[in-house]
Amino acid sequence: MDILISFIKIVVYLGILLFTVAYLVLVERRVSAFIQNRIGPNRVGYKGLLQPVADILKLMIKEDIVPKLAYKPLHRLAPIISIVVALSTFAVVPFGDKIVLFGKEIKLQIASVNVGILYILALTSLGVYGIALAGWASNNKYSLLGGLRSSAQIISYELSMGLSIIGVILIAGTLELDKIVEAQSGWRWFIFLQPVGFITFFVSVFAETNRLPFDLPEAEPELVGGYHTEYTGLKFGLFFLAEYANMITASAVVTTLYLGGWQFPYINTFGIPDFWVSVIQILTFISKVLIVIMFMIVIRWTVPRFRYDQLMNLGWKWMLPLSLANVIVTALVIYLVE
Amino acid sequence: MNKVNRKVIRTEDLNFWQKLYIPEIIKGMKITIKQMFLPKFTRQYPEEKWNPPASFRGRPVLVEENGKERCVACGLCSRVCPALAIEVQASETELSKERYPVKFEINMLRCIFCGLCEEACPEEAIVMSKEYELTFFSQEEAIFGKDKLLMPKETLKDRLEFLRQYR
Ligand code: SF4
Ligand code: SF4
Repeated sequence: MDILISFIKIVVYLGILLFTVAYLVLVERRVSAFIQNRIGPNRVGYKGLLQPVADILKLMIKEDIVPKLAYKPLHRLAPIISIVVALSTFAVVPFGDKIVLFGKEIKLQIASVNVGILYILALTSLGVYGIALAGWASNNKYSLLGGLRSSAQIISYELSMGLSIIGVILIAGTLELDKIVEAQSGWRWFIFLQPVGFITFFVSVFAETNRLPFDLPEAEPELVGGYHTEYTGLKFGLFFLAEYANMITASAVVTTLYLGGWQFPYINTFGIPDFWVSVIQILTFISKVLIVIMFMIVIRWTVPRFRYDQLMNLGWKWMLPLSLANVIVTALVIYLVE
Repeated sequence: MNKVNRKVIRTEDLNFWQKLYIPEIIKGMKITIKQMFLPKFTRQYPEEKWNPPASFRGRPVLVEENGKERCVACGLCSRVCPALAIEVQASETELSKERYPVKFEINMLRCIFCGLCEEACPEEAIVMSKEYELTFFSQEEAIFGKDKLLMPKETLKDRLEFLRQYR
């Protein structure tokens, strides 16, 4: 029975995730168009709502070109790594508290791993293999440059990402994501307790997901397409999907760690039936994630791309010391308070 | 090795808040978000067509006056055409102009819309229209004969007036 529930949860999760990814692409195109005083795709279906379907169909019927001198096994493996990592990171993110359905208590999280945060950190760093291997296996100098940049960037920003999380862990006293969310009841969101940590973490998230202003691995004006220059059709689609899935996962993690996850402040005191409390919590989580995603999209169309040396400067000279200082200060404060 | 002047001249240095980046990013986001709600510049093309001004050089057409073309088949346009797109074959007619083109063809795949034919024509018989939608399914279709080139004078009023004014 438990296996069946897990299975259903996985299917539902995956369905929601893939659906959101597809529509995220549309949202991004529309928002960017609006920011640039354009309208954006509005032809396919009502107001362009079927555009993702058309995009996917187009990607599927495209010719799959593999460069002659590419190292084929890795060329094929790279997009798979990317997408697997992007999708599986989502497994530990708690969607809501518990919900009672058909007399059975269901935890709204696929896997309640007791080292949830470590799992996320580990998997996101695996994601760089997808990009680096794609760059190397394509046998193209631009792809290779993109892959190299990606690995350098992720190594530098992972440090500050991990260090900023330590602040959260210190306060919450646990590595489990659902416990961390529980620790943020009421208005005790970690964004208020850990503002510096939040900023360093959020900036690192931009770097880890290769979003502008840190999208150096695929900087179009310099590197053609970056690591996916030599990819076409569905393989390219997988990279594209992975990028957006990463973005959703990253926003979900930001929400979980700093924005109170599914917590709706003081909802238990309103006297609403339990079932509806759970529903509201799920909706709260979704809307928080959407706000973070919108923020990321608007940032993308606001801030220009960093130069490579600026990126490294920011990473090593600012983010790392800042997050280190954050850890020390947090630890001191906790020590003094206790 | 030639020396590069690496001294950066800055009239103004960034202040502390600007160096912090974050307030500046928020300022930038304010601008982008404001832009989202401003009116859009997009034209919904196939439904909403553009009406070009008189100075626009669309596809060259023959002026039709009282059901006949003005052209006297002098061949000047075909001579001046830099893309060699025009072919004229002259013949005699009972009308006062005495000559007319039996065959007048413009290959729209060759035409570069330079407007030289219009300038060369002594009779103001070939002018640039406002039509800019030119698509074909085959190369043969792209050769426009007299049937497609003739256009009544009234529809070309804008262009003819423009030519009188500025030429
Ligand atoms: S517009 Fe120029 S290219 Fe076209 S037919 Fe006239 S002279 Fe030739
Ligand atoms: S120059 Fe004018 S009159 Fe002469 S052939 Fe061309 S269109 Fe006819």
